[in-house]
Amino acid sequence: MAAKRLNMRKRYELLTRGLGWEPTYQDKEKVFSNETYEGIKITNWDKWEDPFRLTADAYWKYQAEKDKKLYAVMDSFAQNNAHLNVSDASYINALKLFIQGVTPLEYQAHRGYARLARQFSGEGAQIACQMQSIDELRHAQTQIHTLSHYNKHFNGMHDPFHMHDRVWYLSVPKSYFDDAKSAGPFEFITSVSFAFEYVLTNLLFVPFMSGAAYNGDMATVTFGFSAQSDESRHMTLGLEIIKFLVEQHEDNLPIVQGWIDKHFWRAYRVLGLVSMMQDYMLPESPMSWKEAWDIYFVENAGALFNDLSRYGLRMPKYHEQATLEAEHLSHQVWGIFYNYIHAAAFNIGLPTEKKMDWLSEKYPNTFDQHYRPRIDMWREMEKDGKRFFNMGLPQLCQVCQIPMGFTEVAKDDPMQIAYRVSNYQGEKFHTCSDGCKDIFDNEPEKYVNAWLPVHQIFQGNCGGAEIPDIMKWYHFRPEDGGDYNGSADQKHWQEMRGETKQTDTPSEPVQASA
Amino acid sequence: MSENKVFMIFQDTADARPFVDAFEQENPEASLDYQPGMVRIDAMGELSISQAVVSELAGRDVDLQELHLTLVSLSGNVDEDDEYFKITRQ
Repeated sequence: MAAKRLNMRKRYELLTRGLGWEPTYQDKEKVFSNETYEGIKITNWDKWEDPFRLTADAYWKYQAEKDKKLYAVMDSFAQNNAHLNVSDASYINALKLFIQGVTPLEYQAHRGYARLARQFSGEGAQIACQMQSIDELRHAQTQIHTLSHYNKHFNGMHDPFHMHDRVWYLSVPKSYFDDAKSAGPFEFITSVSFAFEYVLTNLLFVPFMSGAAYNGDMATVTFGFSAQSDESRHMTLGLEIIKFLVEQHEDNLPIVQGWIDKHFWRAYRVLGLVSMMQDYMLPESPMSWKEAWDIYFVENAGALFNDLSRYGLRMPKYHEQATLEAEHLSHQVWGIFYNYIHAAAFNIGLPTEKKMDWLSEKYPNTFDQHYRPRIDMWREMEKDGKRFFNMGLPQLCQVCQIPMGFTEVAKDDPMQIAYRVSNYQGEKFHTCSDGCKDIFDNEPEKYVNAWLPVHQIFQGNCGGAEIPDIMKWYHFRPEDGGDYNGSADQKHWQEMRGETKQTDTPSEPVQASA
Repeated sequence: MSENKVFMIFQDTADARPFVDAFEQENPEASLDYQPGMVRIDAMGELSISQAVVSELAGRDVDLQELHLTLVSLSGNVDEDDEYFKITRQ
């Protein structure tokens, strides 16, 4: 007779309790040297409660199953040339932004959680972080593998990790993760597991993947939802760490709240790229950024922080501003890319009439009033052969690294660009918002070291002074950027689909010195 | 109104169906929203399923942790054991 199977609670306890030991050759503080320097006080790691009680054998079994399902879809996708079934090749540009901007973050997260698994002294937290570290590596790998099929047919996806480390718009997601990774372990986990994964990640994956489904991209839906199935576990880790920290010691509360404020704003700024993708880059959009924000932030985070108020935690600072900006964000970010698309490795273009009407409908308070006139003007200019490309280099926010294009929405002056300035050691540092300024002022010694792409170009560190030199240093090829209309991808798409060639000629940016 | 809302999102696939159907059956107050590729289940305060019902719907003995295979997202506090899975918010 086989022994009766242990119940889930017991199995999990055996995996995560009593496996550690008190070191004798070295001081415990030396072995876990990262655990104390942030001022966080842990009195008893045994109080750690794991919401998902996954044992190692269950973990491997389910992860293997997920990969098997994913690879079956990827195989049949490639076999059937299913890239030809997406709504339009302009959709692929969302995938370019994804592999350049998001996939390298998965790899960064893998490294970050590996460090946490080593540095936390509680076994429950070690195991959760170890599993997450492996998950994140799986995400990076499956994303690269899935998108490699698109890379055979479309431009801009050939060297995402190199680009991620150098390119101006990719320094936005990169600098956020660098910021978290260069912090202590508790700040890292509060940032990535809680502020990003629990509070905001639904805004990245759910509309993105639903958008992929809506645009006929089965491969992306599958890798996205496969990654997201791990994400649910990561989100519960984020919630658990917050509750654990504030329950361990009252001194932890103000530290944790400060991190929530900071990383909410950091992560929110990164998601500006997602807002553009959702509203402007998907030929068919299932949901607007504003709608997604209302469901996944206003409603969901509202309920979450209501729940957390018993621990003394409140909503992140400037969340009201982010909500007010939800009606402006995608239009402003897209406007920045319209100016600089000649220096990017994806294509965009003016929204179609159908898309313009959709934007009017989804943004009744802002689109017709503020953003339609600008697009109409740009359309007129294009018709006259005067497509506007911005040949200057923009001023960047010292913290989020986004070109200064956000406006004073919270001050009811939505057409006035917001500038903030701080003085530190006799120098001026510019930020795009009160949120970014607060972050700078709190740790100026950290942010004065920011690697700002524009400054680096001016300092001569980016391959040269002319745009083609810089593009080469980014590993961009001439056909990677610019307007979608007349692009190499559009031409190739029409050929692959056997459609008649369009006679559109691309607008060529005039090469000027930087 | 949304003070204590909880939700579960699953992929809209055959593997997820016994779980989604169990949530629907065992939580009469819950509302289901089908979006491209996924289905979202919302309720106030609590959503729960039992191993017995999921197994009955699947026609086989289901380990509730199989929900990891098709879960997309969730919101609320998780409580799980061999016989049940629950997500709550007071």
